[in-house]
Amino acid sequence: MIDHQWAEKAYTLLVTIRKTEEAIASEYKNQEMRCPVHLSIGQEAIAVGVSMCLGNEDIVFSNHRCHSHYLAKGGNLNAMIAELYGKSTGCVKGLGGSMHLMDDEVGMLGASSIVGGSIPLAVGAGLTLKMREKPHVAVTFFGDGASEEGVFHESMNFAALKKLPVVFVCENNFTATSSPLSSRRPMDNIFRHGEVFGIPGTSVDGNDVVAVYEATRDAVQRIRKGEGPSLIEGKTFRMLKHVGPEIDTSSGVRTQEEWNRWQEKCPVKKFEELCLNEDLLSARETEKIQKRIEMKIDRAFELAKSDPVAQWI
Amino acid sequence: MNKKRTLTYREAISEALVQGMEADSNVFIMGCGVDDEGGIFGTTQDAFKRFGGARVMDAPLAENAIAGIGVGAAVTGMRPVIVHARNDFLLLAMDQIVNHASKWNFMSGGKLDCPLVIRAIVGRGWGQGAQHSQSLQALFSHIPGIKVMLPATAYDAKGLLLSSLRDNQTVISIEHRLLYETKDSVPVEPYFVPFGKGTLKRKGADLTIVAFSFMVKEAMDAAHRLAEEGIEVEIIDPRCSSPLDMDLILESVQKTCRLLVADTGWSSYGISAEVCTRVYGQLFDRLKAPIRRVALPDVPTPCASNLEKEYYPGVDALVDACHILLDNGREGNTTEKLLPAEHARFQGPF
Repeated sequence: MIDHQWAEKAYTLLVTIRKTEEAIASEYKNQEMRCPVHLSIGQEAIAVGVSMCLGNEDIVFSNHRCHSHYLAKGGNLNAMIAELYGKSTGCVKGLGGSMHLMDDEVGMLGASSIVGGSIPLAVGAGLTLKMREKPHVAVTFFGDGASEEGVFHESMNFAALKKLPVVFVCENNFTATSSPLSSRRPMDNIFRHGEVFGIPGTSVDGNDVVAVYEATRDAVQRIRKGEGPSLIEGKTFRMLKHVGPEIDTSSGVRTQEEWNRWQEKCPVKKFEELCLNEDLLSARETEKIQKRIEMKIDRAFELAKSDPVAQWI
Repeated sequence: MNKKRTLTYREAISEALVQGMEADSNVFIMGCGVDDEGGIFGTTQDAFKRFGGARVMDAPLAENAIAGIGVGAAVTGMRPVIVHARNDFLLLAMDQIVNHASKWNFMSGGKLDCPLVIRAIVGRGWGQGAQHSQSLQALFSHIPGIKVMLPATAYDAKGLLLSSLRDNQTVISIEHRLLYETKDSVPVEPYFVPFGKGTLKRKGADLTIVAFSFMVKEAMDAAHRLAEEGIEVEIIDPRCSSPLDMDLILESVQKTCRLLVADTGWSSYGISAEVCTRVYGQLFDRLKAPIRRVALPDVPTPCASNLEKEYYPGVDALVDACHILLDNGREGNTTEKLLPAEHARFQGPF
């Protein structure tokens, strides 16, 4: 299943997200993107691994840290950067900003900046798919903080009760803003939250795009058999601060050693090594992909900066 | 076709749901007990019998998720109707209503509509107490991006509900329990009462009462009593608190120069305050007396019958307020306060 074509697509998505986020971080100091940005650097593999199982008819809902989900689902890059610059050409016409990216043409139906807020929306989309007897699935991406919200549990109950085509995907980066998981939960076992509803859960290395892909593929197969929702927890690390472009070691919540350790587990680097070692991609190909993406990103920023400002709808 | 046919408010809601579901296969109903023998005071039974559990589905006691599931279904093309037996339960769903349902269209740059209908009933009678009696139209009317309807008759209940089922915005329907057995002429065929269009309930030259929900019925009774004294009251039912039909209200006050606003919610920060400020802003110089309000006192609803009787302002309070507005020397009510018949004959338990 991991062939050249798969590797090329997954690598392209991983690098697109990483380089886009780096470009945003770099440009952010110019104070022209006048909205809070919650960057996904370090967490790309979950978005990509899940999206590699999805088509345009499948539906995704996301949260405040939505850049990776938007891009992985195939959201328009130019419209995303324009959105961050508050332009009328933005994906939601400059009315939403970084936390509310949406591209309905590829099934990315929005993001909520209320933690846990979009979880029931994905369940509602799953209900639509089931009532209309569509073969597609709905995915909700949320963080470890959202697992503490009541609506997460209410939503899982309903999705399991109605056997809805929903995949609950938790990106566990062990930190809610600056509160560590250990100060919020007695146990590190988010993947088990669905058990009482009969929802199978699995915990995977969230920095391993192939592991995430395989877990999602299993969840989708379960849906195809009419068995209802699954919960996937991907353990990962947010390399930057909760919000903004800075490295997240200054607050004291995360040590430099921990940060270095996760840097070693970089999901992009990890997959690139796999591709080179397994001859899925050549060094020439990865370089070519990187160059192509850099050009696209440069162009997106150029366009966004010169695009017309937002207007009332 | 019998245009003179009468239905109760409850039957009119039921008929609107059935007709709305017949007309559009995307309409479905969700809520605790919508499929049980009571069927939310008889409003969802017929739909359940007709369309079955796939389209009239019982729901877990998870108000916030159910609202969010409604949003998710609505933005993907369905038309969910969520039903709550009481307004008070909506407070558990405020995040999804206020942060999501009302904003998803805006935050999607206008690309996704959220055609969700949320029905919730105001409880009154038989000691409903503080948490089964709230009339929360002001909370929702404060939020841009949602409509709030307050049907006061069976005719409006059917026509507004049918309009909500083909509107592309989220609509909150605040229904009143004491109106459920009231009757009105209701056409058999579907019809649509537009949002933001009030109705003139009674013509009169002396003063205007703008009344919402059950207070429309109380205002009509007050007007009848005042007519015996030779005072002619004009009554307007805006039918929605958001959007609010200010044209109709201003036209009436322009003529009568005196205004009383009657609401089933609390007066402080209520929708009555909104009507007042809008009228003051447009017709300050026309007014011959300060605007008066008749609404709930700023305390929670008591259970005990004697306190409940004191708590709800009714015909007496309206008549008193009219006398003060007209400055005709009569102040205060000397007769014993009476409960409206709908309240007095209400039988428990719910």
